[in-house]
Amino acid sequence: MSAVAETNSESLLVVNNIEVIYDHVILVLKGVSLEVMEGGVVALLGANGAGKSTTLKAISNLLGAERGDVTKGTITFKGEDVHSLTPNELVRRGVIQVMEGRHCFEHLTVEENLLTGAYTRKDGRKGISDDLELVYQYFPRLKERRTSQAGYTSGGEQQMLAVGRALMARPTVILLDEPSMGLAPQLVEEIFEIVKRLNEAEGVTFLLAEQNTTMALRYANYGYILENGRVVMDGEASALAENEDVKEFYLGVSGEGRRSFRNVKAYRRRKRWLS
Amino acid sequence: MAFDIFLLEVIISGLMTGVMYALVALGFVLIFKASGIFNFAQGVMALFAALALYDFLAEDGWFFAVFGFTLPVWLAIPATGLIMVVLAWVIERTVLRFMVKQNEIILFMATIGLAFVLEGLGDILFGSDVKPLDIGIPQGASDWLLDNFNLYIEQLEIFAAGTAAVLVVVLAIFFQRTRIGRALRAVADDHQAALSVGVSLDKIWVIVWSVSGIVALVAGIMWGSKSGVQFSLSLIALKALPVLILGGFTSVPGAIVGGLIIGVGEKLAEVYIGPMVGGAIENWFAYMLALAFLLFRPQGLFGERIIERV
Ligand SMILES: Nc1ncnc2c1ncn2[C@@H]1O[C@H](COP(=O)(O)OP(=O)(O)O)[C@@H](O)[C@H]1O
Ligand SMILES: [Mg+2]
Repeated sequence: MSAVAETNSESLLVVNNIEVIYDHVILVLKGVSLEVMEGGVVALLGANGAGKSTTLKAISNLLGAERGDVTKGTITFKGEDVHSLTPNELVRRGVIQVMEGRHCFEHLTVEENLLTGAYTRKDGRKGISDDLELVYQYFPRLKERRTSQAGYTSGGEQQMLAVGRALMARPTVILLDEPSMGLAPQLVEEIFEIVKRLNEAEGVTFLLAEQNTTMALRYANYGYILENGRVVMDGEASALAENEDVKEFYLGVSGEGRRSFRNVKAYRRRKRWLS
Repeated sequence: MAFDIFLLEVIISGLMTGVMYALVALGFVLIFKASGIFNFAQGVMALFAALALYDFLAEDGWFFAVFGFTLPVWLAIPATGLIMVVLAWVIERTVLRFMVKQNEIILFMATIGLAFVLEGLGDILFGSDVKPLDIGIPQGASDWLLDNFNLYIEQLEIFAAGTAAVLVVVLAIFFQRTRIGRALRAVADDHQAALSVGVSLDKIWVIVWSVSGIVALVAGIMWGSKSGVQFSLSLIALKALPVLILGGFTSVPGAIVGGLIIGVGEKLAEVYIGPMVGGAIENWFAYMLALAFLLFRPQGLFGERIIERV
């Protein structure tokens, strides 16, 4: 069921059959392919440890700092092979990752955090201060807290800050890793609403890794389900949300998004059957 | 009254020594804060800088041998600064680049190696005899202070304190107000996040080591002017260790205050307790103080506050 990445003229980002190895021996991704259309919101779903973060880091090339390597396959952005570029070069070209766990600069103020997002830009003060205002429009709470140290802001504010900081780089695509992690449902909804507005109004493309399948499928147009370093299913978000397996395994019968051990076994059995 | 003047002189002289310690400690803090590397070679870098500066200025140096003239002070100092920047670049290319992903103890060992290499290089290139460094800082006591306040204070020490103050202000502006300075602080907070917004760490290491090399140059100039450029200069690195324990390894104000406290503390101890125990307290006072701190306040006076809230 893997998505064969046929290079579509509209596809912005194509990951083709990549394999990722950590520390030269730990094989984590075993041939992952996916495709992100310009202007799309694509969800990368799967349980903890499935390889979502690794996939995003392979694209943004943050893997290098963790002794991970893409040993097979290709990654192209706007038709060019980008798999050997540094994160610095990728950010310049418009690919930026918001890491899992937000990773704000604790001892910098909120505004300084945002300004670090503009580190690679060369278009001068005016453009940067205009974008700062734009980010404050999307996240008025950050404006209120602009002089606070980021380490003293709440989890929700830090998530907004992490997204705002990425926006300051004027990205084409944001790789957003688990924005819902550890946040109250209401806040999760607020963040996803902003993602949607950024996508519609600013034309930012999103590839988002999520364990919160319900929420992710509600906001995405397309989804990939990752399991054990492989894509096991992909499709239109609405189709995935209706799929029986997805419902049972990832959405939970009661819709709370949690699975029981029994479900896992049933799902495994069924999958063995199907394949 | 005479007693009070004497006390004041001891304190001031201690403060001046403290400024020197602080300068070396400052170089440590910059590198440690940004990269978590404890740079054992910081003291040797100060020595190396002073040797290079001497070489530009003296008629028995390489520069004179090759070009047939010496540089004026105002040109020799920036030229030495440039050498420190090149040195930082070479260190990044040959050592750091291959080691940053290793754990801290390996990096620490690498800097010990670096210290030996630099010291050996300094010895081979410039010889190991004591060299008088004269960059035109007026020698002797300040007549003005002597006449008006009856205080005996070396002009060199006043000059050193003034320079250190200017240096600290310039560094503070650099870190707080510039794009690169902000990036450096970001890297100090979170390497990975800095990488994710496109900060190129290779470049940051070169900048950090350059800044720290220039701080070493200033320290080297001051120590060299005071007691000649000699290899024992690299030993002040050992005095910087207690300073760091006192001030906290990641705090710039800590390095400065820690340096001053140790400078004053050891002078006072030498003068007032020394006679009772037969002297030489100056040599170990700092380490005792550091030990006490390790026991009672391991994060130092200004150790970075750990933000617990997530
Ligand atoms: N730096 C690393 N070194 C070794 N193994 C890693 C590293 N990072 C992740 N892994 C392993 O790779 C697998 C996938 O992890 P990850 O991509 O973080 O999954 P997800 O984001 O879907 O939870 C996990 O089994 C994890 O233990
Ligand atoms: Mg993850």
